[in-house]
Order: sequence, then C-alpha cells, then structure tokens
Amino acid sequence: MLNIDDLKVSLEEEEKQIIRGLSLSIKPGEVHAIMGPNGSGKSTLSSVLAGKDGYVIDSGTVKFDGSDLLEAEVEERAALGIFMAFQYPIEIPGVGNMNFLRTALNSQRKTRGQEELNAADFLKLVRGIAKDLEISEEMMRRPVNVGASGGEKKRNEILQMCLLEPRFVILDETDSGLDVDAMKLVSKGVNNFSSSSRSFLVITHYQRLLNYIVPDFVHIMVDGRIVKTGDKTLALHVEETGYKDFLQLGKEKN
Amino acid sequence: MTDNYQVRDAIDKETLSTVRSVGDTYKYGFSTDIETEYAPLGLNEDIVKLISKKNNEPKWMLDWRLKAFNRWKKLKQPDWALLKIPEIDFQDQYYYARPANMKEKPKSLDEVDPKLLETYSKLGIPLTEQKKLAGVIEENHEDKSENRKVAVDAVFDSVSVGTTFKEELKSAGVIFCSISEAIKEYPELVKKYLGSVVPISDNFFACLNAAVFSDGSFVYIPKGVRCPMELSTYFRINAENTGQFERTLIIADDNSYVSYLEGCTAPQRDESQLHAAVVELVILDDAEIKYSTVQNWFPGDENGVGGIYNFVTKRADCRGRNSKVMWTQVETGSAITWKYPSCVLKGDNSSGEFYSIAITNNMQQADTGTKMIHLGKNTNSRIVSKGISAGKAQNTYRGLVQIGGRSQNSRNFTQCDSLLIGNKCGAHTVPYIEVNNSSARAEHEATTSKVDEDQLFYCMQRGIGEEDAVALIVNGFCKEVLQALPMEFAMEAQKLVAISLEGSVG
Ligand SMILES: Nc1ncnc2c1ncn2[C@@H]1O[C@H](COP(=O)(O)OP(=O)(O)OP(=O)(O)O)[C@@H](O)[C@H]1O
Ligand SMILES: [Mg+2]
Repeated sequence: MLNIDDLKVSLEEEEKQIIRGLSLSIKPGEVHAIMGPNGSGKSTLSSVLAGKDGYVIDSGTVKFDGSDLLEAEVEERAALGIFMAFQYPIEIPGVGNMNFLRTALNSQRKTRGQEELNAADFLKLVRGIAKDLEISEEMMRRPVNVGASGGEKKRNEILQMCLLEPRFVILDETDSGLDVDAMKLVSKGVNNFSSSSRSFLVITHYQRLLNYIVPDFVHIMVDGRIVKTGDKTLALHVEETGYKDFLQLGKEKN
Repeated sequence: MTDNYQVRDAIDKETLSTVRSVGDTYKYGFSTDIETEYAPLGLNEDIVKLISKKNNEPKWMLDWRLKAFNRWKKLKQPDWALLKIPEIDFQDQYYYARPANMKEKPKSLDEVDPKLLETYSKLGIPLTEQKKLAGVIEENHEDKSENRKVAVDAVFDSVSVGTTFKEELKSAGVIFCSISEAIKEYPELVKKYLGSVVPISDNFFACLNAAVFSDGSFVYIPKGVRCPMELSTYFRINAENTGQFERTLIIADDNSYVSYLEGCTAPQRDESQLHAAVVELVILDDAEIKYSTVQNWFPGDENGVGGIYNFVTKRADCRGRNSKVMWTQVETGSAITWKYPSCVLKGDNSSGEFYSIAITNNMQQADTGTKMIHLGKNTNSRIVSKGISAGKAQNTYRGLVQIGGRSQNSRNFTQCDSLLIGNKCGAHTVPYIEVNNSSARAEHEATTSKVDEDQLFYCMQRGIGEEDAVALIVNGFCKEVLQALPMEFAMEAQKLVAISLEGSVG
C-alpha cells in the first residue's frame, strides 16, 4: 500500500534535513508503530505524507498503491484515503463541527466521483459514531476543536477518521493527553475500524497504547531514520531502557 | 481571532458544496438587451426638472429637488476616506434611464416586460408572488421558512418595475411601494419624513441623490403592526454609463416591526458606474426595524477595470422610546465602497446595532463602518465589524461612537476584526470615540489576523479543496454577522463570501 524509499526531506525555511534516508513499507491490513525521541522527525514524516507545505524533498520516493504520492495535492491524498490524526488538532473558530464534517465528507466523495450524502443520512452516520466514542451532542455543535480539552480534541480526530473511512491512517501521538478510559475508547474505535484492507502508522511515546492497538511492527526512529525494526516486544524494551541503545545506531549510520 | 462564537444550527447545516454550482466568476455580470430611454447626458437644472416630470411629481417635490441641486453645486466631494477615487466627471453621466416600455408603469406584474422578469429570475429574484426566493432556501430546514413570504420591489436602472404582494400587505395596513408612487399616493407621509433623517445637504453624495433620485422603495408600517412578511428591494443597474440614485424611506410607527432586505447587482462593464443611494429609517416608540443588505455590485475585474462606485448614506433615526434598529450588511461587491449606516439614538432606551462583513479582493477598496450617536438616556449600541481583504485590496473600518452629555448610562460595545489573505492587501481600523457623559461607557476591541496556514492544512487534509477551505474559515470568521441576517440571506451571503474570495489563494 505505502512504500517509502530512502526519503530525505529538508525544511523549506532553513537548510536543515529532518528526514534523512527513511525507508518503510506498509502492506494492507498492517499496523506499524513508530517510536522515537522528541525531535527525531516523526511528526515531520506524517506531515510530508499528508502533503503539508514547507518541506523540500531532497531525494527518495513515496508510492501509494504504486503511484507517486508526493505529486498529489493535500486534498487529493485525503480522497485517496490518507488520514492523519494530528498531534495538535487545529481550532477553527466559527465553523461548526457538523458543517466541517459534512463539507469534508462530501468533498472527498465528490473527488472520488461519488454522490454527496444527504443531510439526514449524514446526521445519522455522525451521531452513531459520536455515540460510540462518547462524544456529546453539545460537543458536536461547537466550532471545530474550539474550547475542547486536549483529550476531547483527540477523540474528535478519531471521530473524523471513522466518518471519512480512510484506508491509511496516521495516528500522531493520539494517545498523548488521553485519560485511561478515553484511551480504551479510542483504541476500541480504532480496532473496530481496522480491517484487512486498512493500514495504520501509529506514532507514540508509550508502550501502553500498543497493548490495545497491537502492532505488527515497531520501528525506532532516531535522527530522521529508522534505526531498528522489531515486533511488539521492541516497544516493551524501549519502555524499560529508553532510547540509549538506539541513539548510537543513529550516529553509526551517519 | 476571537474564540467566543455561539453556534446556531441554521448555518451549520449549510455546506459549501453548493458553491461551485453558483459559478466561478461574477455571476451577475450579464446585461439585459432592452431598449432604454435616457435623459440627455450630464447634470443641470433641466435634467432635475426632467426627472421630476418623468415621475409626474407634484411641485413641492420638484422644489425640494431644485433646492438640493443648488446646494450640491456648492459642495465638494469629500476626500477624508482611505480611498483612491479616480476623478468622477459628473457631467459625463446619465442621470436617468428606464426601459422604453416602462413609460406607462405596468399596473400589475402581468404587464411587466417578460425580458425584465427574466432578468430578475436569472438573478434568483422572480417577480412572482411565490412563497420564497428561489435557490436560497436550504433543503431540509425544518424551520417555518417553507411558508415565509418575501415581498419584492424591483428597481431596474432608474425605475421600479414592480412590487409583489402589495395587496396582501395592504390588508395588514402596510404600505410597500416605489417611492415615486408614494410621492403621489401618500404625499403627507412623504412630506413629513423625507429628508428628516438625512437632510438635503447632509453630504455631497446625499445632496446629489436628493436632486436626482429617480426611484426607490417606500415602506410605512402603521402603529402596532408586525409586518407579516419580509420586505425586500432588489436593485439592478443595467444601462451603461448611468448612475443609479435610489432613495429608500421606511417608517416604523409606534410599536411596529419590519425586517427589510436589500440586494444589488450590476452587469460586468469596463466603465465604472456611479451609485449614490440614500436610505432613511424612522423608528418611533417601541418600534423596530431590521435592515439587511447584501451588496454585490460588480466589483471590477482583477486589474481594477470597471466596477461600481458605491457612495451610500444610510441612517436610522430612533426617535421614540425603546426604538430599535439593526443594520446588517454584507459588502462583497463594488470597486469602491463608501458607506456608514448610522444610528441616531434620540429616544430614551433606544438601541442600535451594526453588523458588517466587508470583503475586498483584487483591486477593490472599501471604507465602511458606522456612526452611533447616543443622545437619549440608557441608549445602547453594538458594533460587530468583520473586514476581509485579499489580493491587493484595501479595507478600512471607520466608526464613530459619540455619547452626548445628556445620554446617561449609555453603552457601546465595538468589536472590529480584520482578516488578511495574502500579503499585498491592507486592513485599517479608524475608530473615533467621544464620550461626554461620565456615567456612559464605550468599549472597543480590535483584532487583525491572517488566514492561518495550519487551519488550511487541517481542512485540506480532511479532503476540502483550498478555495472551499478558505471560504469555510472566512465564513467562520464572519459567523456572528451571518447569524444576524435573515436566514434566506444568510445562505446567499455564505455563498457570496466564497465566490468573492475565489482566486485569492494559491
Ligand atoms: N517548521 C519547522 N521549523 C523549524 N524546525 C522544525 C520545523 N518542523 C520541524 N522542525 C524540527 O524538526 C525536528 C523534528 O520535528 P518533529 O516535530 O518531526 O519531531 P517529532 O519526532 O514529532 O517529536 P515529538 O516526539 O516531540 O513530537 C525538530 O528538531 C523540530 O524542531
Ligand atoms: Mg511529533
């Protein structure tokens, strides 16, 4: 589904390479976790995959279903089924959640040549998802993320995911800021959503999340590269000993 | 940006998906090929007399006009606004144009030239007594809107071509007709109130209007009557090189209520055209007027060629106790906008509100705002202004809040937000605050922000195209004002916001 080959990415503003030769291959149905110290480039990788401005691709390729992902516009990638749950979800004052969700869903459907969902079907769909995630009606009437707590914002991201039904999901520290119960709710949401045709890239600092969302692979990212790949036990190792074993690996590759 | 937004469902349900279907450039730029009768070019006493004659006016009206004309000759065009106004040759304009076959005013809508009816229907304003304005009611709104009626007075160039629902309104005691008709049919009302809010020599453009206004709308709501439907006037400039000078007079007698809408468009032409209107609102004891405008005159092309010069004087006189007025305006069109709908709060406990969205894109310039003149005791005013600039446009909010010495315990609150799209445009805020009573209070808040890259990226990551994302964010920014509009207009206005900003990103 997704193939990243020796990707190198710098910032547009300053001459600083953040992603420094990263390769990763994700097949349909797989769950990949990425762990790594602060500033190692995890969020940058997510942003580059989603198509955010401000980066220069120095070299390497990213293929999605075999075609060049880096060529596609942000909203085209979304319509292809790429979804990124933001580490810091954005507030949009004055724009109601419902309006936002419906606009997003219908835009994607339109791009894919599908018919728009009418208001009644849409409402039914959203209400069902909100209920599963225990998001209140009152919350749904608010402007997008405005006045929401950190945890509420994260739940809202998962609601958007469930509604938009992407095939490739990046969860960028979705667990940070969630209380224990919310973490279970969100994990349940993700697990119910997962299928043999959907893939996940889960960025996290905590092994705990991976007890709920069980990864097929765990990658350690240091200095813009994947320096180690293993199974879920690798996350346990990180939890116990931190990244000190891996920092050295990052340097060696330099 | 402020975070304190109240959300109302009515607007939430709207999606921007319809935006595309509305068209991608100025949608109303077509012109109607219709035989038009002009007064001779230029302006002099004879032209003023001719306009008066065309309207079969009584002598007192002609005298009033001539007085205005003589005053106007001595006035100078104001230059204090932050506007670059190309020199206007007032002798190189036509001051009167009407469709040739309107010589005899049609007695009923059935007699109106089908070409004119078609023009309005193309604009989404069918001149039939149907139940709602076409295309602006949203599907699936469970509101009573289905049954809401809107009466329309349609003004084409210099003349009113028809007014709908007149009979039904009459039975409620409401007078709604063209002002030319009112001058003949209700001279006492017109004499009593015309010029009583905006005097003849109030300002250069108002004075010009007083001399040459050709038509406009007249409304009288009698004591104790709540107008049974929305009233609206739809202005259309069609003729080339012709100014439109319309005059609107609305009187809300004691304890009455009316909501009034005004819409305007003009064809796309290379030559700029002048529009100088006057609107006078008279509000008596316990009465209320809501006046909403969606101004969509042709803005000129992206290089600033053509477009309407819009110089408008609008004023509400809250004469009575507890009288209330609310101005709401969405200004998206015109090459130049010079407009300050004002409230004179004379009556004790009277209140004035001003909600404004002004969007300027490309080469457009707007200098707009309001004046709140507090004279009575316990008077209240509220100003919410949202200015949006894109392209190379300039957008100025200019507002005066004046609280007089005898205006005990009066309050003003002003919120003035500017949003910039790109870095070649400008936003300016010019507040004048004069408080002459120690028990009174005026508060002013102002913000300037840019359309945020992160917000755009967030919307686009969810699949929303860039222009729709900008429209969505801007509509969010304007929400408080959009909510102040009657629902039919709110939908229309949201689409307009989107269209006006097309091409402003990327
Ligand atoms: N727009 C930017 N301008 C300047 N520096 C940036 C920018 N974006 C990223 N960086 C830098 O790139 C590096 C990687 O940042 P990134 O946010 O990808 O890290 P991360 O792995 O997600 O960290 P965390 O675990 O703290 O979320 C950091 O040093 C960061 O400061
Ligand atoms: Mg991060």
